[in-house]
Amino acid sequence: MKGKVWKFGNDVDTDQIIPSQYLLLPTVEEMKQYTFEPLDKDFASKIGQGDIIVGGENFGSGSSREQAPLVLKALGVSAVVAKSFARIFFRNAINIGLPVLICKEIYDGVENQDTLFIDVQQGSIRNLKTNEDFTSTKLPAHVMNILEAGGLIGFLNKK
Amino acid sequence: MGMTMGEKILARASNKDVVRPGDIITAKVDLCMSNDGTTHLNIDIFEKDLKAEKVFNPQKVIFIIDHNVPSESAKTAEVHKKMRRFAQKHQISLYEGTGVCHQIMIEDYVVPGQLIIAADSHTCSYGGLGAFGTGVGCTDFTSVMNTGEIWLMVPETLKFVIEGTFKPGVYARDLILKIIGDIGANGANYKIMEFGGPAARNFTIDDRVVLCNMAVEAGAKSGLVEADDTVIEYVKSRGRHEMVLCKSDEDAIYEQTYHYNLDDLEPMIAIPHCVDDVVPVTEIGEVKIDQGFIGSCNNGRIEELRAAAQILKGKKIAPYVKLLISPASNAVYLQALEEGLMDIFVESGAMVLNSNCSVCWGSCQGVIGEGEVLISTGTRNFKGRAGHPNSSIYLASAATVAASALTGTITDPRGMIG
Repeated sequence: MKGKVWKFGNDVDTDQIIPSQYLLLPTVEEMKQYTFEPLDKDFASKIGQGDIIVGGENFGSGSSREQAPLVLKALGVSAVVAKSFARIFFRNAINIGLPVLICKEIYDGVENQDTLFIDVQQGSIRNLKTNEDFTSTKLPAHVMNILEAGGLIGFLNKK
Repeated sequence: MGMTMGEKILARASNKDVVRPGDIITAKVDLCMSNDGTTHLNIDIFEKDLKAEKVFNPQKVIFIIDHNVPSESAKTAEVHKKMRRFAQKHQISLYEGTGVCHQIMIEDYVVPGQLIIAADSHTCSYGGLGAFGTGVGCTDFTSVMNTGEIWLMVPETLKFVIEGTFKPGVYARDLILKIIGDIGANGANYKIMEFGGPAARNFTIDDRVVLCNMAVEAGAKSGLVEADDTVIEYVKSRGRHEMVLCKSDEDAIYEQTYHYNLDDLEPMIAIPHCVDDVVPVTEIGEVKIDQGFIGSCNNGRIEELRAAAQILKGKKIAPYVKLLISPASNAVYLQALEEGLMDIFVESGAMVLNSNCSVCWGSCQGVIGEGEVLISTGTRNFKGRAGHPNSSIYLASAATVAASALTGTITDPRGMIG
């Protein structure tokens, strides 16, 4: 996959990704326009299909709201790459089939709006602007199987 | 090589003799719970994506309406209707407006040794009673609700050895803020935080829950305190007699051990906008507040209400400052009434709210405006969590919040205990 980078800092919490007051809207489609509203109220209109989020340490900290990875996916985000992820966000993203890659080195090797090429299976990431290559942490086979099935529901239905 | 109590609970749940950190297990779940923050999506996944027909065991699935209750909009009312319909159809217990979900679970369900999965990050609270609770999202929860099982990776354990006794005006809340400040918001990411040591045997149920509840704010998968007579007596008093007591072995392996002495602890405060940005209240300088909040799954139980009442008794809240108090459950509410605490609160000028997530969740009650400053006993101080993106939240103990509400600036409670 190939996408334009939207770069964030450390400890991006789920309240920033989608604030509490929108969580009880009936559908994710209605929620997605408020993605990252506290940080940039126009974010949802700026992000494009296939774009990639890059975060620092502890991306997705805070609440268990699956709405956080869901709104990213609904806006067309193809992957999230971060130095580290908060546990529940990471699990939720895998469960909905949104690739999440752990890569310590990439943060300093990518600027906002650069383009990345990612091979999730191989765990390889290339910054197409600088032609620099990075490797993400290998996911356990069980987790990779869920991701490849498009998420936990696909995985369970296949079983 | 021994096991930690967390590893023992996971071994039992996965029907194994031994588990080690890094093992991926399939575990049977003793209880699962979901609240109105996400259940409407869980129901959609259950009915439309999973095309499931039955919950695995109606006795072990609990729905609790506590986040936006009573409903503040027609859309929320639809969410609540959907939960009621599903609960009725599947004959599962539904609580509505009777308290914050974790307090309800502690009062009515949790016993030592259980594995509990809930669609809420503060599920780690149940470690206060020696149960392994961990939060998940909609998809995991829905799968658990259907199958009664979940895959988990066995985490490493961090040990926190606590000595000494709390000084007057210093509480478990200050201890957990201090710990999170020290280890950082991801200092326990994917791990278990096990709290023990000589001081732990004197911890009340409230103390234990306060510590475990905020383990997730350091990224932990779960928080745990070994269940002892205090816990056994509590769950038996609530009519629950079957439990499995898990103790960490002498030769259990901990990834790291930390030592704290309560004799040295002072009131602590987390400053905006990270839970791990923690300083002693004495170092905060002059910070004016607009609103105080006492409540939440972390800090709305009877002991915190007593601590606040001790400071508020016979006094008035500062002009132009609001103090909102939401007991963690109706049981807490009734006890506070019986003890005369509600009289003290109302006479001080505080607003007493129904039992719910309230200000801590920032969507239903006591939402703050641009530039406003809140001091709260809630769980998080993330940017905009209590309302406007450009507002500020400080996290402190109920005593510090009460003292600050009286003066209108953030205040050390130690000089004000009546």
